[in-house]
Amino acid sequence: MTVRIYIPGDSAALALGAHDVARAIAGEAAQRGIDVEIVRNGTRGLLYLEPLVEVETPAGRIGFGPVDVSDVKALFDAGFYAGGCSHPLAHGMVEQIPYLARQTRLTFARSGITDPLSLADYEAHGGYRGLRNAIGMTPAEIVATVTASGLRGRGGAAFPTGIKWNTVLRAPGPEKYIVCNADEGDSGTFADRIVMESDPFVLVEGMTIAGMAVGATRGFIYVRSEYPHSIDALNHAIGIARLRGYLGANVLGSGRTFELEVRKGAGAYICGEETALLESIEGKRGVVRAKPPLPALAGLFGRPTVINNVLSLAAVPLILDQGAQFYQDFGMGRSRGTLPVQLAGNIKNGGLIELAFGVTLREILYDFGGGSASGRPIKAVQVGGPLGAYLPEAQWDTPLDYEAFASLWAVLGHGGIVVHDDRADMAKLARYAMEFCAIESCGKCTPCRIGATRGVEVIDKIREGSDRPRQVILLRSLCDTMLNGSLCAMGGMTPYPVLSALNHFPQDFGQVAGNERAA
Amino acid sequence: MNHAERIRDILDLFGPGPGQDQLLPVLHALQDQLGYVPPESVDLIAQAVNLSRAEVHGVVTFYHFFRTTPPARCTVQICRAESCQSMGSDALLAHAEARLGCGLHSHSLDGAFALEPVYCLGQCATSPTIMINNAVHARVTPARFDALLASATEAI
Repeated sequence: MTVRIYIPGDSAALALGAHDVARAIAGEAAQRGIDVEIVRNGTRGLLYLEPLVEVETPAGRIGFGPVDVSDVKALFDAGFYAGGCSHPLAHGMVEQIPYLARQTRLTFARSGITDPLSLADYEAHGGYRGLRNAIGMTPAEIVATVTASGLRGRGGAAFPTGIKWNTVLRAPGPEKYIVCNADEGDSGTFADRIVMESDPFVLVEGMTIAGMAVGATRGFIYVRSEYPHSIDALNHAIGIARLRGYLGANVLGSGRTFELEVRKGAGAYICGEETALLESIEGKRGVVRAKPPLPALAGLFGRPTVINNVLSLAAVPLILDQGAQFYQDFGMGRSRGTLPVQLAGNIKNGGLIELAFGVTLREILYDFGGGSASGRPIKAVQVGGPLGAYLPEAQWDTPLDYEAFASLWAVLGHGGIVVHDDRADMAKLARYAMEFCAIESCGKCTPCRIGATRGVEVIDKIREGSDRPRQVILLRSLCDTMLNGSLCAMGGMTPYPVLSALNHFPQDFGQVAGNERAA
Repeated sequence: MNHAERIRDILDLFGPGPGQDQLLPVLHALQDQLGYVPPESVDLIAQAVNLSRAEVHGVVTFYHFFRTTPPARCTVQICRAESCQSMGSDALLAHAEARLGCGLHSHSLDGAFALEPVYCLGQCATSPTIMINNAVHARVTPARFDALLASATEAI
């Protein structure tokens, strides 16, 4: 009997030696005369267990991880291929691992279960049902469904997706575009990458539905150059979809056209800003555009353009499959559906945690994360990427909800959480925020271009202790200018990590604690 | 084949009169094939996509990814972003600098290795992360760095 063994082939597993593990398992099996079929699946998102090797049994898949090449012989000795769970790396049924069992997998329902580039697998797990439904609907009906689902942009700004689509639908124009922002540059985020590498067809399907909804016939996926594996996966998936009639001149015989193309970024963080991204696709420097006009009215090549994050577009097939109400039933307040939280940094159990909005940060950090990786107390968590605020322990009972975070002068952003233990120097991290802004600023507006460099200098003076009280006043004034005078979020939100660090951890800036000032 | 001919051959792949939106794909193709975007290619690219040399130069220099000098045989990139910092990437960088005998943005004494910063490789749950040529490595301790460097040295 052939034993089916799953070994992830996404970049996270590869970065931890999954190819070598697969080779070692195949070699050892051959030597022992055991017939195995190795499937290279995507990731389950349990990154602390990667490489996570799964063995199929009649009762379900049993997980072993993290597996190193040096573990392979002992795993065979323990009979892991027959579902034997005596080896210390065994975790029992993967679906019952609490980290996974407690999640609500909607967008990531297939991730890690399927072979990412098997269209048959995708279809067998609910794929392309949403598009088939959409083909039977009018554009206005598709847009109304997305609006009713309550889906908000997952890239960070949380703008209602349906409203954006409606603007593009109603905009006149002979040509419209769908653009996917896959320039996932925020430290602490990797959910877009997991979609692209572990379930690329869901993004292809979501963009095709968006095309049907607004009358666009061409789409672009702009992927950062740091993600070569994602680019390969998408190009393969697009090729397969085209071959099978899911893309092209006559999508599923509907008579409608939709073509898709991947564009590779070139290491510019600012190109995650939507207008800079459009400039970059057009072959220009990634310099931010002033708004208005909105990209929905004058976007790529001056045409009406839907520009959405990977996670927003990847949520759409399910909404069209199960209906708006199904999605709307998850979440809290005005934050509907699920948020794929990405737990990273100094954390014991880092990974992807997809949950309905409303869970608290503390639950994420301890119930899922298991505390810091170092075993030391957690000092601060940065939520929402390099432009997000640092939250001290007093704020960890906040529910993950766009409005709740806004009321704390923090942002949920793309759902990335980076954990720092008590050795973190918050003044150093504040300096880094300014330094990063100086490196990555597009240079168009002065508060960002000059302000970030001055910010580094001022924080250096504070850290050296020279003329500290006046330099702190200067830093606050500089942040005020950047907040209110910058053209986009790069300069406009760099003050979030800087001021939150200063306000919540004044001792790291040589300030007396208890002398906090509101931002 | 001399450099200019190779550059022309690569540009020919984009057909007659590619639009400006083909500029990044052109630059990627050049860097993929030649290892860098040679300064002498700017004139040829400008003619091909019907832009001024200043415009092409502006794009080449805007993006961190494009290099205008030949690469070292092996490029080591160390992630400098927050998540990797929280897992000791500063110490890892210091270790790498000592091993390679050079700082960021420079080459090792024998010229074989270049040490570069990178800002997030998307492996933040398994920090710290580095990239050696095109291969990403996660949970990199100084000992693992040495092992990776040894196999990279063997390969070049």
